[in-house]
Amino acid sequence: MRLSRTARVVLGCVTVAGLAIVYVPLLLVLLNSFNADRSFGWPPSGLTGRWWRAALHSDGAREALLTSLEAGLAATAIALVLGTLAAYAVHRHRFFGRRTVSFLLVLPIALPGIVSGIALNAAFRTVLDPIGIGFGLFTVVVGHATFCVVIVFNNIGARLRRIAPSLAEASADLGARSWQTFRYVTFPAMRSALFAGGLLAFALSFDEIVVTTFTAGPGTRTLPIWIYENLARPHQAPVVNVVAALLILVSVVPVYIAQRLSSDTAGGRL
Amino acid sequence: MAETETRTRTGTTATRTAVRLEAVTKDFGTVRAVDAVDLTVHEGEFFSLLGPSGSGKTTLLRLVAGFEQPTAGRIELAGQDVTATPPNRRDAHTVFQDYALFPHMTVEQNVAYALTVRGVRKAERLARAREALTTVRLDGFAARRPAELSGGQRQRVALARALVDRPAVLLLDEPLGALDLALRQEMQTELKELQRTTGITFLLVTHDQDEALTMSDRIAVVRDGRIEQTGPPVEVYERPATAFVAGFVGTTNLLRGEAAVRVVGRPGTYSIRPERILLTDPAEPSAVPLVEPEPPADGRRTVTGRITDIVHAGAHTRFTIALPHGDRLTVLRQNLTGLPESARPGCEIGLSWDEKDAFPVPS
Repeated sequence: MRLSRTARVVLGCVTVAGLAIVYVPLLLVLLNSFNADRSFGWPPSGLTGRWWRAALHSDGAREALLTSLEAGLAATAIALVLGTLAAYAVHRHRFFGRRTVSFLLVLPIALPGIVSGIALNAAFRTVLDPIGIGFGLFTVVVGHATFCVVIVFNNIGARLRRIAPSLAEASADLGARSWQTFRYVTFPAMRSALFAGGLLAFALSFDEIVVTTFTAGPGTRTLPIWIYENLARPHQAPVVNVVAALLILVSVVPVYIAQRLSSDTAGGRL
Repeated sequence: MAETETRTRTGTTATRTAVRLEAVTKDFGTVRAVDAVDLTVHEGEFFSLLGPSGSGKTTLLRLVAGFEQPTAGRIELAGQDVTATPPNRRDAHTVFQDYALFPHMTVEQNVAYALTVRGVRKAERLARAREALTTVRLDGFAARRPAELSGGQRQRVALARALVDRPAVLLLDEPLGALDLALRQEMQTELKELQRTTGITFLLVTHDQDEALTMSDRIAVVRDGRIEQTGPPVEVYERPATAFVAGFVGTTNLLRGEAAVRVVGRPGTYSIRPERILLTDPAEPSAVPLVEPEPPADGRRTVTGRITDIVHAGAHTRFTIALPHGDRLTVLRQNLTGLPESARPGCEIGLSWDEKDAFPVPS
């Protein structure tokens, strides 16, 4: 399609403006993490690594980071197993209620986080509490897994649609046993989709706050929760900035890699 | 009825059975894809299952490969009952319609796959993969990935992969379907040659009658999950057992009921191949403008009609001729000489054929 000069200029400006609205604030956070002025005066009076050093030595932030990593890794692990199995069932087999199952699997990603949060909270309270499992890391992991599964399910599903079913047949036909077909054919073909799905799931879990609020016990603080709690405390503000800057970096990298790995990820809420 | 003729195959003394199907039936839900099929393929034979799409020929092949389990019946490979044997333990390899090459492996790894999963040493495996690649004239492509190959090259890789450990039977599912005409004809010759030199039994599925006629030792014409006729190409073409076979293998003039009485002179259903009808000038049979040998009077049937259409198709010309009662016949004339001026639509023309060439087919 050929566009007139005016149209091109206007569209160019709109694009730049749109991207600016998203990314200038993020840059500001990054910049402020080096701002020497405690109250983030603009323009910065100078650059300093003080806040980064302070953040490194902040026990609260470090513990929260660890909790987030644990929760993210565990939720991703669960999602990889369940999401892959579900995708296989839905895309490689025909059974009664297949479409319904597929829809129910994807639904959690569309549900408002606050609804999932409340629902999970109520469920954990009535089911887990009586058998002695209180709110904590475990409940956070389960809560995160509910939407992480969807990401993996979508990624693997998209890949399965592109892989000809005849590949597995060809492998068996040439004498391979089931495990050999998995090892030499199925897994290598799925590998990048698994990796991409895992990365996206992890990124999603890592910065989740709504569901986390409702499923974490009083002693369990993930990084986003820690930020939220410390936002209002003036002496913590610079450190919060550093942590936020860190979160940006940690989220961007996996999403970038995941995008490179699978051009057809059905993402969702990211 | 098809003539049953005893045929001796060249170079084979005792014909052993490579594939045998006994009353094999396959249902998909309420659809019967294969209906009580009996089939015998001899060792070293090039056998084709020819039929329109949806006739069940691919299902037959998948049953032999082991991808599908028959609902009823028995399948044998080399005399062994393999009905319950999984595909990986059957001595038959498949060349898939979409080739099904492993995209993340190199050509060489693809070809060596059957050896890899059997635990053959790497050095031997590579040597044999290269040997197989030489057989299909793909030396120098070992390190490429399937995505870097053309359709014809992928086809060859698929062949090399299936032949690398010399299976007893090679199953080919419309292997030339994705290739263009020139390449398809080249591959037809090559496949036939490959089959001759390796001596492996080839069981080919195709909807292309040319392909089946060109390459096969024997053909089974499949329709609605049943085999309509089995025989060598010449027999299937010259003596089709049913009206369907007559129409599907080559083109034919099919005459039934009153048309048969008018044109052939007898009641029943008859098939006359269009190239067996000779054209003559009805007014001056001796001048014969359309250059056919003068028909002997005995045992020939002669009718008169009017040319309605002439299609020049390169090596031959196709005439459509209307007979007095509205019956139409298609006639093929080899263009051994140019077409005379007098042959134009609207012209009166004489047709004649040997009465043996109007053969009855059960409808």
